[in-house]
Amino acid sequence: MAQTLRLTVNGAAREDEVEPRLLLVHYLRERCGLTGTHVGCDTSQCGACTVLCDGQPVKSCSMLAVQAEGMAITTIEGLAPPGGMHPLQTAFWEEHGLQCGFCTPGFIMAASALLAENPDPTDDEIGRGLEGNLCRCTGYVNIRRAVHRAAAAIREGAGAPAPMGG
Amino acid sequence: MIPAAFEYSRPSSVADAVAQLRAAGPDAKVIAGGQSLLPMMRLRLAQPAHLVDLNAVPDLDYVKVQDQRVRIGALTRHATLMRSETLRTHLPLLAEVAAEVGDPQVRTRGTIGGVMAHADAAGDYPTLAVMLDAEIVTDRRRIAARDFFQHLFTTALEPDEVVVEVVFPVAPGPHRYLKFRRRRFDWAIVAAGVQRLDDGWRVGITHAAPTAVRAHSVEAALRDGASATEAAQRASDGLHPSSDVHASSDFRLHLAQVLTRRALEQAA
Amino acid sequence: MAVSQLIGARVQRREDPRLITGHGRYIEDRLPAGVLHMAVVRSPHPHARIVSIDTSQAAGAPGVLAVLTAKDFHGQLAGAMPVTPSFVPEKKYVPERFPIASEEVCFQGEPVAVVIADDRYLAADAAEQVVVEYDPLPAVVDIEAAMAPGSPLAHVGGPDNIGWDMTFDGGDIDAAFARAEVTVTERIWQQRLAPTPMEPRGVLADYSPYDERLTIWLSSQNPHFIRLFISGAMGMPESRVRVVAEDVGGGFGSKISPYPEDYLVPAAARLLGRPVRWIETRTESVLNAYHGRGQLFTAEAAALRDGTLLGLRLTQVLDLGAYHGTFGAFQACACLMAGGVYRWQAVQGRTIGVLTNKVPTDPYRGAGRPEGTHLCERMVDRVAQEIGMDPAELRRRNFAREFPFTNNFGLVYDSGNYDGTLDRAMELVDYQGWRQRQAAGRQQGRLIGIGCSTWVEICGFGPSEATAGATGGIALVESAHIRFLPSGSVAAFVGTHAQGQGHDTTFSQIVANTLGIPMEKVELRHGDTAEGPAFGYGTYGSRSLAVGGMALHKAAMVVRDKAQKLAGHLLEVSPQDLVFEQGTFSVKGDPSAHKTIEEVALAAYGGKLPEGMEQGLEAVSYFDPPNWVWPFGAHICVVEVDRETGAVQVHKYVAVDDCGNVINPMIVEGQVHGGIAQGMAQALYEEVAYDQESGLLLTGTLTDYLVPTMNEIPELTLDRTVTPSPTNPLGVKGIGEAGTIASSAAVINAIADALSPLGIHHVDMPASPDRLWKMIQEAES
Repeated sequence: MAQTLRLTVNGAAREDEVEPRLLLVHYLRERCGLTGTHVGCDTSQCGACTVLCDGQPVKSCSMLAVQAEGMAITTIEGLAPPGGMHPLQTAFWEEHGLQCGFCTPGFIMAASALLAENPDPTDDEIGRGLEGNLCRCTGYVNIRRAVHRAAAAIREGAGAPAPMGG
Repeated sequence: MIPAAFEYSRPSSVADAVAQLRAAGPDAKVIAGGQSLLPMMRLRLAQPAHLVDLNAVPDLDYVKVQDQRVRIGALTRHATLMRSETLRTHLPLLAEVAAEVGDPQVRTRGTIGGVMAHADAAGDYPTLAVMLDAEIVTDRRRIAARDFFQHLFTTALEPDEVVVEVVFPVAPGPHRYLKFRRRRFDWAIVAAGVQRLDDGWRVGITHAAPTAVRAHSVEAALRDGASATEAAQRASDGLHPSSDVHASSDFRLHLAQVLTRRALEQAA
Repeated sequence: MAVSQLIGARVQRREDPRLITGHGRYIEDRLPAGVLHMAVVRSPHPHARIVSIDTSQAAGAPGVLAVLTAKDFHGQLAGAMPVTPSFVPEKKYVPERFPIASEEVCFQGEPVAVVIADDRYLAADAAEQVVVEYDPLPAVVDIEAAMAPGSPLAHVGGPDNIGWDMTFDGGDIDAAFARAEVTVTERIWQQRLAPTPMEPRGVLADYSPYDERLTIWLSSQNPHFIRLFISGAMGMPESRVRVVAEDVGGGFGSKISPYPEDYLVPAAARLLGRPVRWIETRTESVLNAYHGRGQLFTAEAAALRDGTLLGLRLTQVLDLGAYHGTFGAFQACACLMAGGVYRWQAVQGRTIGVLTNKVPTDPYRGAGRPEGTHLCERMVDRVAQEIGMDPAELRRRNFAREFPFTNNFGLVYDSGNYDGTLDRAMELVDYQGWRQRQAAGRQQGRLIGIGCSTWVEICGFGPSEATAGATGGIALVESAHIRFLPSGSVAAFVGTHAQGQGHDTTFSQIVANTLGIPMEKVELRHGDTAEGPAFGYGTYGSRSLAVGGMALHKAAMVVRDKAQKLAGHLLEVSPQDLVFEQGTFSVKGDPSAHKTIEEVALAAYGGKLPEGMEQGLEAVSYFDPPNWVWPFGAHICVVEVDRETGAVQVHKYVAVDDCGNVINPMIVEGQVHGGIAQGMAQALYEEVAYDQESGLLLTGTLTDYLVPTMNEIPELTLDRTVTPSPTNPLGVKGIGEAGTIASSAAVINAIADALSPLGIHHVDMPASPDRLWKMIQEAES
């Protein structure tokens, strides 16, 4: 039986009728039209579907939409204001931290949660913060560099724009 | 992949949850963090007819110390456990293990009660529970960890019974938990945990049997004055682990010994 | 930046702003209103006879519009799925493959029915309600057992399980072995791998019955070939079929060949008169996206005691799976490249393709070249060990040094400097220092190993003379179309299609550089068969730059030459009296008399053109390379093996590669990083495993198929030498597969070196802790 779901997505309040089995990732992609959050596996390994729920990283393929009741969700589209870029996005661009780009939104969202908690992570801490995300193209070298670069930019006051609703 | 359809309810109390489970019958299942259950449902290895979602039940998310016991609410997330100053002081082993469960996203959602009820042979908390004589508190009773974990994915819980709390002894002494795995976020191929208590060492082994195992013979050897190396050779006593694509049975037995020795050597 | 300096510049990628903000356009992002969703019912058995299929319950399930089986598709699709000659023109047994099984299923995951519903969740539900009764048959799992007389057959009624058996003779092998002072032999296993692009596949098709037009969107490396194959099977003029691949989330070879769903989705769309979409799940991908490798090599090398290599004899037994992959026989090039960078008196390679009841194998990053390199580099190390020579020294003694170098099979390496890359790699890694640390460590029982891989690859397919036969008629060249629009911006079309390689950027650099205009004025288009030249040849085999980039360059030069003629006419001088610099034609000796190329472009659409010149400023070119290109390099890996647990730690990894001139160094480095990680993943982690008894897949999810995380891939130290290719005007080679071709051998050579004090000579992949622990146990007991 459909349930009423009330939540905030990238700062905008929403109310939708959803089936209980609707996965949060499908809700975001197909009901909210936010296709930047990707589905790369069935078993919660790849992390391509990572979004922030009340500021914390989750895999939106392993959460039911109804479980996001009352939460504030931030997706890749909401990380920076339209037309703008979060320092992580800039850093992934500058460091060539992506190739095919499919895993990238998940990496950026997981990295944003990491930097929110740890503004100057070591290589090992970056590895731990991004251990739930798989990339097949980059060999991770430039992703690590991008996270260091973004961390430095934020520390130096580039300022992470407040995520919408984050 | 997509889960099969189910009914869904979100009780606001443990009593409601129990009542809903009872009303929904044997095909109902509790969902807490859902980090094991939802992937299984997506693969349709689990097809519950009704999900009772505990996430709206208040006051199940806490870590507190009382009477030399650490009481942890069933809905406490791994991320909370790893950051808990109370745990870092009174049961640092659990905080350290929590930081190595899954990955950050899993740690945001996954709960200690869920791990206990799921009873995966590769789960880390059950080992700590068994080796430290923890108790699993439900809506109706207290169950000793050694009686709680009965077999692979099988616990002493009744179908309508809900875990509300896990109670550990305070254990600030030397400890170590070593997981052997191929990738950083994988389940342990085998893990070994050691904790110094007032009455001696406690030792547990993960994923070398259908359930978590307390290595009594290692503990006894240590009590009798054996060195870490000698004692650790008993870590595989009585174990008959299965083989899978990641490790053979023999290798698991060997790892149980090696990891136990290293954990004892590294315990701090 | 001056536009003429764009080639070689570290330009940030143009494709990134949309990808990093969540505005990419991958196949699953396309969800048109009214689209129907297809779910595939697949065989749970590796081999069985289909007794009956009962679709009645599923057909009545909520949301279901149709349940279709082979009989429904027989009227829609004609012929068999294509198999190209590739490197094996004469095949012995090629079982016919229809996209959906009717009487017999031959691998786990083979489609037997499809469900079409108006909701993807309901389609998945109904797929579970299709009742198929199977009569299981014996499964052929092991390739060696499959070759034995009396083996069960992968296909009922087949003659045997031998798909091909062919020997490549590169010189008088017996004469080479007759001179041998030492010989070494080895069995080398190349496990099956799942390519695992992070984006699984997907197909969306829309058929318009009124104007009989079909549009297919899919995640593909190869949209033009897909159009050729699908239009043929559907009996439609190729011109009425449009295939579009937008952003593709990785391919690594697994999105080259056509798949069953590429046929079933459009056929269902035509049957139902509605758009139909199918999105692959990861579980389907691991099971069904064509695997790579799956080869067993036996090899014997002959040498003199002074380290001179003489002969190499090898047999490749290749697990074809249940059907030949469309380009599966490409993998036989392992035989042709097994001699590597060395001078051999003779090389002989026999390849045997064996049918089994598993998903077909097809090219996966490197496709035959990683296998050939791995084999060659392992055997060279074995020879070095046998005669007690440092493996780097033995390599040097045998390097090819005169270019062009003709290998034993008559392939001509265009340019190389193998000493240069090895010298630099040894310096960067501190080779002598590590040899000392290794010796000191051995005193303490530590197992430190150093592994070299000096590699070369054949890439840039092409040339027409060699490839027309290999594809069954269509020569692998590449096409491009460049158009100046009247206001001076440029639209450029190319027949390759990127899956992360950054072609939007590098190809625009070439066009802008050649035409002297800013990159912002270049619109680069690819992936849509409705745009650009008649045919495009796709992106695989590290060919895009060396063939597609050259087609663009060639077309740009045609445009520039015409612009120069017109500029001369406008300036009333002979075109030969003009110089072209930074986008401007100026009269030699009178720089004040000039026209920008944009001004010329506008004029090209006006009147008063020179006698005989038509309006417009555009050109279509096809580039047919005279040879392949031959990138090369030296990788050195340092590892330490935990004697107690078999765990491998990579202490250092250095790669010095040479891909000729470089268009964008940032992108080249990224390709090398990712390539190394994939080869390292093969060496240490990944394996598609099947149960040897039942033939069922054991590694069906990413829980069990071990794609490494950031934590498993070490920091990589890169450098580059530049030896331009004489094969093309820009002197470029390919780099997409280089890292993967080189790295498995470097890692495994290092591990074997680490374990050599125990008397261990060879380690198979993946070098898992369990495998190494067992080998150490055995060696020590």
